[in-house]
Amino acid sequence: MTTILDVRNLVTRFYTEDGVVHAVNGISYTLDEGESMAIVGESGSGKSVGVMSIMGLIPSPPGKVEAGEVLYNGRDLLKLSPEELRQLRGSEIAMIFQDPMTSLNPVLTVGLQMTEALELHLNMSSAQAKERAVEMLQLVGIPNAADRLDDYPHQFSGGQRQRLMIAMALSCNPSILIADEPTTALDVTIQAQIIELVQKLQQELGMAIIWITHDLGVVAGMVQKLAVMYAGFIVEYGSVHDLYNLTSHPYTLGLLNSIPKVDARERTRLSSIEGLPPDLLMEPKRCPFAPRCTFAVERCWEENPPLISIAPAHSSACWQWEVVRSQSKVGVAA
Amino acid sequence: MTINTSEAVTPAGRPAGIPLDEGFLRPPSRLEKAVGPEWARLIKGIFTNPLSVLGLIIVTGFILVALFAPVLAPPPKPGANPYQIPRDGFLPEPKPPGTPWNKNAPYYVPRWYSLTGNEEWVHLLGTTGGQYDIWYALVWGTRTALLAGTAVVAVSAIVGILIGSVAGYFGGLVDEVLMRILEIFVVFPSLVAVLVLSSILVPIFGRSLWPAMIALIVFGWMGYARLLRGDILSNKERDYVMAARASGARDTHIILKHVLPNAIFPTLVFLSLDMGSIVLSFAALSFLGVGVEPGYADWGQIVSFARNYIVSLDTFWYVIVFPAIALLLYGLGWNLLGDALRDILDPKLRGKIG
Repeated sequence: MTTILDVRNLVTRFYTEDGVVHAVNGISYTLDEGESMAIVGESGSGKSVGVMSIMGLIPSPPGKVEAGEVLYNGRDLLKLSPEELRQLRGSEIAMIFQDPMTSLNPVLTVGLQMTEALELHLNMSSAQAKERAVEMLQLVGIPNAADRLDDYPHQFSGGQRQRLMIAMALSCNPSILIADEPTTALDVTIQAQIIELVQKLQQELGMAIIWITHDLGVVAGMVQKLAVMYAGFIVEYGSVHDLYNLTSHPYTLGLLNSIPKVDARERTRLSSIEGLPPDLLMEPKRCPFAPRCTFAVERCWEENPPLISIAPAHSSACWQWEVVRSQSKVGVAA
Repeated sequence: MTINTSEAVTPAGRPAGIPLDEGFLRPPSRLEKAVGPEWARLIKGIFTNPLSVLGLIIVTGFILVALFAPVLAPPPKPGANPYQIPRDGFLPEPKPPGTPWNKNAPYYVPRWYSLTGNEEWVHLLGTTGGQYDIWYALVWGTRTALLAGTAVVAVSAIVGILIGSVAGYFGGLVDEVLMRILEIFVVFPSLVAVLVLSSILVPIFGRSLWPAMIALIVFGWMGYARLLRGDILSNKERDYVMAARASGARDTHIILKHVLPNAIFPTLVFLSLDMGSIVLSFAALSFLGVGVEPGYADWGQIVSFARNYIVSLDTFWYVIVFPAIALLLYGLGWNLLGDALRDILDPKLRGKIG
């Protein structure tokens, strides 16, 4: 497998009136062709800002991508001109958003919104674009596709709108699809349908996918690789198997423990991570998770642990990773 | 290839092949199909709200008067400049409605005229100071009002929309610079500024519609720019704008296709209200003497001819009452329309009207 996206040491900050917000603090990950990975973290952990930085969608000012490299097929996206980056967006890297109810323009017909990207990126005539749009609508399972091009977004249900967004994003055959919490605004049955749809389309079209989510349970079965983000850092990075079974960061452990278990034998309290996420205005000099961490030792308050490789293709940013691992699924079992 | 999502559960009565998330939604009306949901709601609202229907009737009435001016008030000679109000002599004192028309009467008697019960032309609404016929001046003044009003509003709206959308969409330094320039125009009390500018322009353009129109535009675009900038600022944060940017759309495309059509509605309200108020300002300028050349059919001008007789309204009531009714109705019509638009577009009132 060849690496299609290589993010190295990406730093994004926001210069606000209250001070500098350290949104993304040097994250690195790679994505292979056709691979799926997930970036997991709570609200404000920098997972969305991280991918927005890649696509050049950070509002500037106040935001600024300060350092790092984003190599897409060997080209550094951060060095491209806004125009070159614009041409790349939508055609090579596409994105679907959290809330399908607001991600479609209410005053334009669906057909118009679908064909604009096709005409823009693939230089199609409007007839060709229309044909392709119908094809895409059928692909995502919208019945009577040809008749529905003249409809407005409010005439579609929530799940259908997310299907529309997916159809739009995939219409130009991108090699990477970024799915920014595409199911959070939908109810559970529709969530399952949408996830199934995206997976099916991935098999057919072969694009790589980055799922952004706060739900470890949702992504478990569908990605190969996971990056857990906290306060703008990747705190643990590795294969799904390693992260679930050989958990080596207390935050990941906390996230896993807070997934409700249907098969719990007795009535147990749903465990949660105590405390609040840190204020990103502070410069991270110590471990950002230390105040909420049950494993914290003195060193955690003095030095921010770097993301270090603890096993092949598995890294953790914790001074206590060995202790944490011993508490993990496999560790406990052993 | 269709993905069948209805395999899992098929509740009774659901036709096969329809995905589970297929919504059961009201089919769109023909109007909605043609112009889109927002415009459809707006148009429907205008025609169902009694106040806006009244406004619409008044405005349509004025447009008809302007269109049929040559029949309603034919000029004294065929081919004469119709905008020159005919004078029945040069006596200063106004004559009451019904006085026979001696000199410079319209060159023919149209058929509708028999409805007034006269066979020859009389001064239907009397004459004002200097023997200018009030009926004639009001009819042709309607044309002036509509033409000047539309031109001023159209140009100020275009300028304002252009500046407002650029400032709103690009934000940052561009916004800062444009808004500070705008404030320079706003700090002048508008009527005084317009008065000064148009009197400066009179020697350049001569006494015509131009000085007042240009001055009204120069000091009239800021409202549009500010209003639209605000609406764009809120609209550009919407998810669909981010989605359009993520799909690689160009800035101009995003402004024109995604942001403007969603942000334009409050500006429409302002536009309608402005149509009424611009004509009032125009009349005020004309009244103060910086408008058109004397005798040009213009509502402000008729009021200014009446200036000397305003103190004795018990005798000369007609010199002020008729022009005032015209101005009042015109302003009222546009304001009713504008208010109705505002009601229709106010999200808090949504669902109650239309």
